[in-house]
Amino acid sequence: MIAAVPTPTTTWYLVLSAVLFALGMVGVLIRRNPLVLFMCIELMLNAVNLTFVAFARHLGDIGGQTTVFFVMVVAAAEVVVGLGIVVAILRRRPSATTDDLAELKG
Amino acid sequence: MMELVVFVCAAGMVLAGALGVLFTKHPVHAALSLILTLFGIAVLFVALEANFLAAVQVIVYAGAIVVLFLFVIMLLGVDKVEAMGIDPIRLQRPIAAIVGLSTAGLVTVAILASRESLTAQSGSGLSTDPADADGNIRLLARDVFSDKVLAFELTSVLLVIAVVGTVLLARKPRKGETEVTP
Repeated sequence: MIAAVPTPTTTWYLVLSAVLFALGMVGVLIRRNPLVLFMCIELMLNAVNLTFVAFARHLGDIGGQTTVFFVMVVAAAEVVVGLGIVVAILRRRPSATTDDLAELKG
Repeated sequence: MMELVVFVCAAGMVLAGALGVLFTKHPVHAALSLILTLFGIAVLFVALEANFLAAVQVIVYAGAIVVLFLFVIMLLGVDKVEAMGIDPIRLQRPIAAIVGLSTAGLVTVAILASRESLTAQSGSGLSTDPADADGNIRLLARDVFSDKVLAFELTSVLLVIAVVGTVLLARKPRKGETEVTP
């Protein structure tokens, strides 16, 4: 057995969720398929959820887990409405990317 | 030792899945990579004593949301390969990479710099006793249905609004009605 095996601390979880958030952000910036954009937003939401749960354990407070519970509900509602909009757009123009959706441009 | 192995495996799953979402050309592959990430997050939730949230994560995210994504991909027939070679805005990808790297770097530096001031406080108390595995579920339930009960009720309003809005977006207009144009 190795003597000093490091135990994951809260800092490790926070750094992991920072990296995951940055990956999701890069995804939103570089991808042009609206569905994949939604998936990248889910990545960012999950990074924040991981931060909340890590702090809930670190501070010994259940409030972080409650917040994550509500974030999940809101994320589910957001995906439903967002995919409804995407379906409505893509039914008219099946090959639309996010760059083509510029009707509101003045 | 065990905790380290669990963390390293789950973090590998999370990061591999996230990279898969970013860089696979096919939307179906991106959705499957997303499942990998969500399972990794669920494993980390179990490691952080959030058993109920891990279950909800698997059921709601990996179950419902990814299935919804796949359903829309199949329904629309948009399962074609995105042309990753085209760069619509010049230098968009390098700038996005720089922005992402600097965000991750800045947040990491901030976390490491404030590591010392991150001391444990006594909140409402979290059950970390392995013999009492469902203690946190009881605490979570008490919190949701006592202190946060108003937010819980508002959640139901939000879900009703989401359902009504989606139905309105998806249905065909009757005769004589102006169509909701997306």
